[in-house]
Amino acid sequence: MSADRRPLSPHLQIYRPQLTSTLSILHRLTGIALAVGTLLLVYWLAAAAAGPDAFHGAQSFMGSWLGVLLLFGWSVALFYHLCNGIRHLFWDAGYGFELPQAYTSGWAVVIGTGTLTVLAWVIGLIVI
Amino acid sequence: MVAFTLPANSKITDGKSWPAPSGAKRTKTYKIYRWDPDSGATPRVDTYQIDLDDCGPMVLDALIKIKNEIDPTLTFRRSCREGVCGSCAMNIDGTNTLACTKNMDDVEGEVKVYPLPHQPVVKDLVPDLNQAYAQLASIEPWLKTTTPAPERERLQSPEERAQLDGLWECILCFCCTTACPSYWWNGDRYLGPAVLLQAYRWIADTRDEFTGERLDQLEDPFRLYRCHTIMNCTKTCPKGLNPAKAIAEIKKLMVERKT
Repeated sequence: MSADRRPLSPHLQIYRPQLTSTLSILHRLTGIALAVGTLLLVYWLAAAAAGPDAFHGAQSFMGSWLGVLLLFGWSVALFYHLCNGIRHLFWDAGYGFELPQAYTSGWAVVIGTGTLTVLAWVIGLIVI
Repeated sequence: MVAFTLPANSKITDGKSWPAPSGAKRTKTYKIYRWDPDSGATPRVDTYQIDLDDCGPMVLDALIKIKNEIDPTLTFRRSCREGVCGSCAMNIDGTNTLACTKNMDDVEGEVKVYPLPHQPVVKDLVPDLNQAYAQLASIEPWLKTTTPAPERERLQSPEERAQLDGLWECILCFCCTTACPSYWWNGDRYLGPAVLLQAYRWIADTRDEFTGERLDQLEDPFRLYRCHTIMNCTKTCPKGLNPAKAIAEIKKLMVERKT
């Protein structure tokens, strides 16, 4: 039996999803989403620089249901990445590695993301 | 390299099923990963029914019972049966732990047993851990000195010795390393939590005189810095140790020695 014919034992397929790994992959995914979302921001700014017609087109897209959905997703990603980024700063300084602390900070990030997102949209809608 | 799905030769199929023994009043279902190198077939999951009134409390008790009484072809590693040797490390109920210290009552419903994740399988529940062992050897896990050996042993204060608590207890079962997604995707170059905890065990040892060289050896985008603080390692360690914190301490030392 040659060693290279050995099967690979299952990993993602069988490993129990848990807060530790879920929040970690969400940090990576929201980072990617933010990079893509920055293109949207650049498009909006470029349209503003290009003139009233282009800016009107960009504004009406941002105001459409698809635009609002994208902006909402972008804001969730932004606040999640921000909160979890602060969590990572504490880890980088060597704090918060005990499991109960990691779980408390993890749930704090989830709650913080929800609160900040709702707050941003409530304030945004009232101001507009 | 990241591959979310299993290669074709590793896909799992339904296997055989053994019925509950007649007269058994309380039973527990075990679903166990099986792969026979001699059959040429892909891996399968076999189902066994255990009579709980005639079995010890731990998952290892059930595995030994299956091997003794139901299916002698079932293959797994075990030795001390008390959480000291690390031989029976496997994936039970979705997380890596030691079969000998995992109480089956802590598992709701069926008990699913797989080998340690993302490793080549030698047979059934026996993974090939040679890569991890080679990585352990690469950090030279022994006391290294340049000063001449003293007449007596090299002494430490109680405080210096206390810095090794939470590190020396590691039994090298590799539950943490094989729970780490970073190790799954980059295990050929990333050392993984168990080996990095061992590396820190010697970095933190006041008697060791090669701290700088040890840090030099770890200063690498992959060997150390593929740790993204996922914390699966600490979550799964059957000895309650904290590899994630040990890795963070190494990262801190890397920064401190530059300032």
